[in-house]
Amino acid sequence: MNSMRRLPRWLVGGSGILITTFVFIIPFLFIITMAAKGEKEAGQLRFSWPENFQLWDNLVEVIQSRDYMLVRAFVNSAILTVASVAGMVVLGSMVAFVLDRRRSKLNPLINTLVLAGLIIPPAVVPTIWVMQSLGIFKTLFGLILVEISYGLSFTVLTMRAFVATIPREIDEAAVMDGAGPLRLFFRVIFPLLKSVVVTIVVVQSIAVFNDFQNPLYFLPGDDNATVQLTLYNFKSQVSTAYNLLFADILIITIPMLVMYILFQRQIVSGMTSGAVKG
Amino acid sequence: MSSSVQSERPGASPVQALPVKASPTRRREGSVQAARPSSFTKRAYPLWFHIPAAVIFIALFIVPTIMSFYFAFTRWTLFEATFIGLENFVMFLAEPGLIGSLGHTLIYGFSTSALKVIIGMALAVALTKPIIARGYLRSVTFFPVLVSAVGVGLTFKVLLDQYHGVVNQVWTAIFGSDGPGWLTNPDIALYTLIGIDVWKGVGLATLIYIAGITAIPNEYFEAARVDGAGSWRIFRTIILPLSFPATSTVIILSLIGGLRSFDLIWATTGGGPGFATDVIASVIYKQYQAGFYGLSTAGNVILFIVVTAIVYPLNRWLVSKETTL
Amino acid sequence: MKSHKIGPALVATAVVAGLALTGCGSGGADGTDGTIELSLLVDKSAQMTTMAQAMADGFNASNQGITIKIETREEGTEGDNIVKTKLATDDMADLFQYNSGALMAALDPAGTMTPITGESFVSNLEETFATAVTQDGEVYGVPIGQAQAGGIFYNKKVYADLGLEIPKTWDEFMANNATIKEAGIDPVIQTYGDTWTSQLFVLADFNNVTKADSGWAADYTANKAKYADEPAIKGFERLQEVYEAGYMNKDFASATNSQGLQMLVDGTGAQYPMLSFVIPAYAELSDDAAENIGLFAQPGDKLSDYGMTAWMPAGIYIPKTTTGDKLEAAKKFMSWVATKEACDVQNEAYSPTGPYLVKGCELPEDVPTAVNDIQQFFTDSKTNLALEFLSPLKGPNLEKITVEVGSGITSAADGAARYDEDVLKQAQQLGLSGW
Repeated sequence: MNSMRRLPRWLVGGSGILITTFVFIIPFLFIITMAAKGEKEAGQLRFSWPENFQLWDNLVEVIQSRDYMLVRAFVNSAILTVASVAGMVVLGSMVAFVLDRRRSKLNPLINTLVLAGLIIPPAVVPTIWVMQSLGIFKTLFGLILVEISYGLSFTVLTMRAFVATIPREIDEAAVMDGAGPLRLFFRVIFPLLKSVVVTIVVVQSIAVFNDFQNPLYFLPGDDNATVQLTLYNFKSQVSTAYNLLFADILIITIPMLVMYILFQRQIVSGMTSGAVKG
Repeated sequence: MSSSVQSERPGASPVQALPVKASPTRRREGSVQAARPSSFTKRAYPLWFHIPAAVIFIALFIVPTIMSFYFAFTRWTLFEATFIGLENFVMFLAEPGLIGSLGHTLIYGFSTSALKVIIGMALAVALTKPIIARGYLRSVTFFPVLVSAVGVGLTFKVLLDQYHGVVNQVWTAIFGSDGPGWLTNPDIALYTLIGIDVWKGVGLATLIYIAGITAIPNEYFEAARVDGAGSWRIFRTIILPLSFPATSTVIILSLIGGLRSFDLIWATTGGGPGFATDVIASVIYKQYQAGFYGLSTAGNVILFIVVTAIVYPLNRWLVSKETTL
Repeated sequence: MKSHKIGPALVATAVVAGLALTGCGSGGADGTDGTIELSLLVDKSAQMTTMAQAMADGFNASNQGITIKIETREEGTEGDNIVKTKLATDDMADLFQYNSGALMAALDPAGTMTPITGESFVSNLEETFATAVTQDGEVYGVPIGQAQAGGIFYNKKVYADLGLEIPKTWDEFMANNATIKEAGIDPVIQTYGDTWTSQLFVLADFNNVTKADSGWAADYTANKAKYADEPAIKGFERLQEVYEAGYMNKDFASATNSQGLQMLVDGTGAQYPMLSFVIPAYAELSDDAAENIGLFAQPGDKLSDYGMTAWMPAGIYIPKTTTGDKLEAAKKFMSWVATKEACDVQNEAYSPTGPYLVKGCELPEDVPTAVNDIQQFFTDSKTNLALEFLSPLKGPNLEKITVEVGSGITSAADGAARYDEDVLKQAQQLGLSGW
């Protein structure tokens, strides 16, 4: 750490902060100022400081609206996100592990299905028929399974890239110690995938938490609302309450941001686990 | 498993469907691999690991998808379906705006993907260095990924408004004249959308790159520094090749995402003005909205073919590039 | 090869064997004290939820061992998809609200709804509404809300200041525009930030089309009349004319509907082609807006043709899945909806936007000026229905095309021709003959 090196580092950091401030912060400032305005002022859709700063009142109104629908939505979304992300990570990483390690005639088929899952948009009505025949339509459990099936492709694709970086010597050592496949995978391999697991958890949590199409069709009804559906409370064809809409956007974005900030430390700590791989 | 299978290293096949192979460690263990008995593979990597995922995926994705593909050959009102052969495909391909929207889809898919690869890599390299305010910068660049498409679309509609938007207020202050209609001028609206898409999505690419770069064993960097390599050489000889799995992932994911892109376009311009930012996915959606369910399903099949025709060869190319690295 | 309810059959063959096929018993929701509870699905707009809740309360209080419970769904095209999906998967509420006219026809009423043709309360409905909820001779719905008009809202103060008269022909309208522009006011407000608002010059011109050719709608359905030809192309041409004359507000390309209403109320814009369901929205914008904003019909070539294009209110329908006691209860509710009592409940709940379609219903005294203007057209019998109530054909891309024509991206002739192509798919989807 000599002073020669510190200069460009400051430069990189300083200019980075400057650029990101313009490119990334201004839109967020807009969201916050909109969320703090009165309904009439917000309806003009201008980028300006609120004449009357009423962020707190708006947040309270959003939370209370439609009989605390947002609170119920948060509970539903939390259960949905945790359960389906856990499901897709565990099941998807098992597939990715065997897919990478074992050369089998199934592999081309699995690879095709993974690509298909990424490319083909889901078919709503036939999915409802299947769910009805299984008796899981309009249940949170059914929606969790749907989210898992839609998230598997991304999980397998991303996970596999990183399974490949773990040396097989580790597998062999574990098996020699008497580990079965489950113990080998969950106790030995899975912990080594920490940085990618965290990445996938972050990405998929956002996808599920922000999803509005699937809850809309597969789990209809106000009691079952998820957070994205609450946006519709403030948005309509004739009159949109933009201040409340943006206050809602702010409220439902913050939990994800907190999650990201917490998890990104884990990604950084993945650096130390990288040493094992040498 | 046949003996020919055992004698090959699983990772070395040049025709893997997904570009997810390269690793520095892998190459050093070929001899161990070749000597491994197949019973080890069977015992340590049982195929039943696929089953739980497969059951859910097949029941809730593959079965409905196959059912819906049947409807691509029907005139389907949701209430009844009349078999009409290939008529939907003919009609979809004869759609007046189709050629235009196909062009938009390709421009959109390739530009967003390329920009996300380049900017994402640059940001990730910067953000894995011990620079000041690193946590802040990581959070700030990732925040757009978290905001819903509706919020992003509305925000940029306002900021980029031709007469009242803050961007054009700055423009007028500098150039003195009215700024361009970023989202209302049919000649530039698509490129504005590409910019917004990159703004929203680059945080994800950066995250994957950060995970990829942090997975590179430190020994490589230490060895390079002992050799006296500069930043550029470290980037060229270590980061670039060793984060190639991450690059492949970003390319494939962002290209598929870009070619299928819909949410953000719909929330921002709705495919307009007129049809100036229509992509295949928005054409399909409009047909779905209009109740042309068979036709829109046929469109999905066509989109699937288009995306596959682009992604599959690209994928093979990425794999072959990987093996030569 | 036509088959109804194709889904279950496909599921049975396609689902992997061994997955238990359990029926979806979404059990009856009868109240504990023997009352029947009915769900009524309505869209989420403030107008609809307020009116529906008031009607449910009014009906629940009135009698009869039946409780109506309101459920809501999204508006707009997302809402259309939800309604269709629910009907197609036998998951509809006991009663539901949906548009009348072409949009109702697209729900395949014969396959998904229970007709009410023989019921005595049908005779309480005005003929025009009954036609809009009739398909193949069967009547399916009762109205919720009031008739609407599509025409040109104008700022009375601006008109008075400039000494203008209400235009009864297109030439007079364009002459007014010239005067308004000279005064430094935007003559015509356009708001393509909400693309649906761009269609009004075409849709509201339909009174003039019908006057020029009374059989046009039928010919159109039979593939014998086209938008690319006279008289229907006039709507597109008028839009182009207004654009080319520079009569629109400068920010027309990105302005939103609510911004447009604000311009109209403030008088920075003089006239706004719009549907009358916006009346309650602009009435809130200033103290005198309700009186100061009037409505005239979109004028055509001839003074004698002058008249208003009218829209029918949404209907309440019974899906096929409502049976037995619930079906009887649902009909009782419908029968109550078709009474003056139900109209009075709606009058109190929400400011009306036009006349009722139930016989004997009246508007309250103190309605906004524009509602009186609409009422006058109905009283004088100077109205014609909008095309969507006379023909099941409505192409999905009209609002995109009118944005193009109204922004000068495309000519009226090209736009109209493209819309004719757009409609072809709808005709084939509906299986109309002659296409």
